[in-house]
Amino acid sequence: MDEVLAGPAMKQNLVSRRSFLIGAAGTSVLFGFPRPGFIAADAASTSAAALFEPTIWYRVDRSGIVTVSIIRAEMGQHVGTALARILADELEADWDKVRLDYVDSDPKWGLMITGASWSVWQTFMPFSQAGAAGRIALIEEAAKLLNVDKEVCNARNGAVSAGDRSITYGDIVARGSLNRTFSADRLKAMPIKKPADRRLIGHDTKAIDIPAKTNGAARYGIDAEVEGMVYARPKIPPTRYGSKVVSIDDSAAKSVKGYIKSIALDDPSDTVPGWVMVFADSFSAADRAADKVKVEWIPGDALKVSEQDLQDHGAKLIADPSGGSLLVDDPGVEAAFAAAKSTLQRTYTTSSVLHFQLEPVNALAFEKDGIFEIHTGNQWQSLILPVLARALAVGVDKVIMRTYLLGGGFGRRLNGDYAVPAALATKAIGKPVKMVCTRADDMLFDSFRSPSIQTLRMAFGEGGKVTAMDHHAAAGWPTQVLMPSFMPKGVNDVPYDQFSIQGADHWYNVGAQRLRALSNDLANRAFRPGYLRSVGSGWTNWAVESFMDEAAHAAGIDPVAFRLRMLDGTGRNAGTAPNSVGGARRQAAVLKRAAEKGGWGSTMPKDTGLGIATTFGQERTMPTWQACVARVRVDRGRGNVILEKLTLVVDAGTLVHPDGALAQVEGAALWGVSLTLHEGSEFVKGRVKDTNLDTYTPLRMGDVPEMDIEFLPSTEVPTGLGEPATTVVGPAIGNAIFAATGARLRHLPIRPDAVLRALNTKS
Amino acid sequence: MTTFKLNDRSVSVDIAEDTPLLWVIRDEIGLKGTKFGCGIGMCGACTVHIDGRAVRSCITPLAAVANAAVTTIEGLDQNGQHPLQKAWIETQVPQCGYCQSGQIMQAATLLKDFPDPSDKDIDAVMSGNLCRCMAYIRIRRAIKAAAAEMRGTHG
Repeated sequence: MDEVLAGPAMKQNLVSRRSFLIGAAGTSVLFGFPRPGFIAADAASTSAAALFEPTIWYRVDRSGIVTVSIIRAEMGQHVGTALARILADELEADWDKVRLDYVDSDPKWGLMITGASWSVWQTFMPFSQAGAAGRIALIEEAAKLLNVDKEVCNARNGAVSAGDRSITYGDIVARGSLNRTFSADRLKAMPIKKPADRRLIGHDTKAIDIPAKTNGAARYGIDAEVEGMVYARPKIPPTRYGSKVVSIDDSAAKSVKGYIKSIALDDPSDTVPGWVMVFADSFSAADRAADKVKVEWIPGDALKVSEQDLQDHGAKLIADPSGGSLLVDDPGVEAAFAAAKSTLQRTYTTSSVLHFQLEPVNALAFEKDGIFEIHTGNQWQSLILPVLARALAVGVDKVIMRTYLLGGGFGRRLNGDYAVPAALATKAIGKPVKMVCTRADDMLFDSFRSPSIQTLRMAFGEGGKVTAMDHHAAAGWPTQVLMPSFMPKGVNDVPYDQFSIQGADHWYNVGAQRLRALSNDLANRAFRPGYLRSVGSGWTNWAVESFMDEAAHAAGIDPVAFRLRMLDGTGRNAGTAPNSVGGARRQAAVLKRAAEKGGWGSTMPKDTGLGIATTFGQERTMPTWQACVARVRVDRGRGNVILEKLTLVVDAGTLVHPDGALAQVEGAALWGVSLTLHEGSEFVKGRVKDTNLDTYTPLRMGDVPEMDIEFLPSTEVPTGLGEPATTVVGPAIGNAIFAATGARLRHLPIRPDAVLRALNTKS
Repeated sequence: MTTFKLNDRSVSVDIAEDTPLLWVIRDEIGLKGTKFGCGIGMCGACTVHIDGRAVRSCITPLAAVANAAVTTIEGLDQNGQHPLQKAWIETQVPQCGYCQSGQIMQAATLLKDFPDPSDKDIDAVMSGNLCRCMAYIRIRRAIKAAAAEMRGTHG
C-alpha cells in the first residue's frame, strides 16, 4: 500500500507527483493539468518538425494527424467535433486522425465569441473552403511525388490515390515540400462539395470531448492551478453597481487557519465596484474566512429597486409612444386599427431568470514576464480582454486568456466580468490568485435574464383576417450595457439590442406592422442584464405565440389554420438566399408536421389539452424553423401543470453532427420547460431573491416529459441549434393549459397559484 | 492527521477535520474529477462513494471518513471502463460534462440496489443530481444500457 501524505507542507511535492504535463517542469510555471486542447489532441503532433499549415485553422503533420484550431468555447454543444467535421469532410481527412486544439486568445483569431447559436452557421463556409484548399494542395503535391497527372488523383480518407498507387497525407507532408498558404480572397472563391458528395457532414460520429467527461479527466476553469497560488473568495456588495466599502472587519476571520487577509479591490474599469477579496491558502479556508469577514458598505441606488418597480417602469415606457427604437414601422397601422371590425390587446410578462450554470464562475490569474494570464472558461474573449486591460492599467496585448472547458455557458460566460476581480486580486497581492465563487456568490453576481413586459395589439377585418399588428417590448438590454457599438439602428435611427427583441420580428404577414423595442433603463442601472440561452427570444416568443393563440380564439379560427394563413411566405417573409431560402413557407411546413405528429385536433381526456406554437429560433438572418405541440394535464385542485408530452419538429437546414443536433434540441427544449414551469426568481432590493437550489428549482429528471423530436431533411445552410428550442416550448405549454381548462396564463414562470387564479377568473 | 482510503490507496491528511471532503479530494490530493456545484448537497456534482454508498462530499466533513474507503470517479474503474462509463460514451450522454462524474457515481450505487431499474426507480434516485444541460433522457437510457450489460443480457 502506497502511503501518501497530503497536507499544506506536502503540497509542493504533491503537485509534482501528479503525472500531468511533467515535461513542463523546470520552467517557472508548472501547470498541473493539461488544457482541454491537449486532452483531445496528441501533444506529439504539435512538435513535429514538418507541418502543412495552409491556413491558421489547421495543420497536418508527418504522421497524418490533422489538428484543427477551435476558437469556440466547448460548453456542451460538442462544437469542436462539429467544426472539425466540416473541415475534415472537404479535406478528405481520415477522421480517426483528427484532433482538436482549443486555442488561447490571440488577435489572429479575429472575433472570439461563442453565442447566439452562431458557431456552425458562421464557420461552415470558411472551414469548408479551408478544407478544400488543403485537399487541392495535398493532391498537387501527391501528383508530383507519384509522378502522375493531378487530374488522375483522388483524395479520400487521409490519402491520395492514382490508379493502384496511393500516398498518405502524412507521407506527403514528410516527403513533399508543402509550403502553400491560401489568401483570404482565394479561400472565399473556393468551391465546396455538393451535399450528396459529403462523407462526414450529416453522418453520425462520437463527440471528441465526451470520453474525458466520463472519467474525471476533463479540465474546467475551476480545475486550473499554478504553483504558488493563493485562493480567494469574494464578498459580494449589496448592489451590482455603486456600492462603496466603508470598513472591513476581519477580526473573526483571523481564527481560520490559513487565512491571509482581506482587500477592497480598486477597479479602474468599474466592473466590480465594492468588491472585497478574502485570501487564504486553500479554498475551504477562504470560504470559511469570508463568512467571518464583516464588510460595511454604502450601497448603490438599486437598493431601492425591486421586481415590480422594474416592470412598472417597463409599462410606463410602453405607455409613452415617443420612446424606443422602431424595427418595423409600416404606414397605416393606426388607420387599420381605426377601421378594424375588432381588435385585441394583451400584455405578457416574464420574471427574472438565473443562469445557474453548474460550475460557479471562477478564474485563475497571475502575471508572468509582464503578461497577465487569465485561466478560465469564457464565451466572449474579445469583449472582456479590453476590460481586463483597463482594470489592470496595461495594454490589451499584455493580457491573455487561456482556454478551458466550460461547466455550462448558457450565456453567463459571454459576460467575462468574473475574470476582472481575479486579475485585480493578483495585482493587489502580488501572487497568483485562484478566485472561486460559492454558489451564492455566483448567483448574487449573475448577469441574469431581465424581467420583461410586452404589449401586443391586433386588428381584424372581415372573416378574422388580420389587418394590423403592433408590438411593444421593454426589458433590460445586455448589449447596451456590455457592447453598445454592437447594436444596430432601427428605422427611426435609434439603436436597439437585437438580442433583446429578436423573435418579435416574426415571419407572419399581418398587414400593417409596427414593432418597437424599449430599453428598460432602470433595469440597466439596477443590475447587469445578461444573455441567457436565446436571450430575448425567450420572452418575445412567449408573447407572440401566446398572443397568436388568443387571437385565433378571438377570431374563431383553429390556431394552426390561423397561423398558416399568415405564414404564406410572401413579401418581406419570402426569405432570401442563402440563409432563409423558402422563408415562412418552411415555418409553415414544420407547423403542419408538428400538428400532424402531435395529434392536433384529437379528443383529449378531461382537463388535458394540446397547445401549439412555432418560432424561427432567434434571428431572421439565421432562422431555425420549429414547431412544438405540448400535451398537459391540469390539476384543478392544486393548480399543478403536468407536462405529459412534447412533440417538436425542427428544420435547421443541413445537420453537420446529427446526434449532437438532437442532443441540443433535447436540452434546449427541457430548458424551455424549466423556464416555463420550474425556474424564475425575483429582484428584491438590489439583489436576486434566490441564491441556491434550496429555493431555485430547475427541472430534474423526474420532471422530464415524453419527447418526440424530428428534424425535417434539408440541404440548406446549417443554422443554429443551441438555443432555438428554448423559445417554442413555453407558449406551447401556456396554450395547452388554455386548451385543457380555458385558463389563460400571461406570465412566466407559470406557478400553481397563478393557474388557480386564472381558473377562478376565466370567462 | 486523518487517514482514509482513497481509490484503494491509503491517504493521510493533516488539515482541519471539519474541512469538506470535496476540497480535500480536489485541492489537497489533487483529484479534480469530483466537482463543486452548490455546496449544500443539492446538485450532486460532488458525489463520491464512502464505503460503497453515494454521498455528497461538499457537506461531508473530513472527520466522517476517518478509516473509511472513499471512491471518486477516477477510482470507479481503473481503466475508466465501468459499464456506466462505456454506456455514457455509447449513448453520448455528457454535454458540458460538469455534473457527469456525480451522475455516474450516483448511478453506480443505483445499479447495486436496482440491478434492473425501472424509469421510476431511476427518477427517484437520480432526481437528486442536477444536469443543467438537461441531458436527462440520455442519462436514463445509459443507466438502462449499463444495467443490461451488468446483468449480462445486453438488452
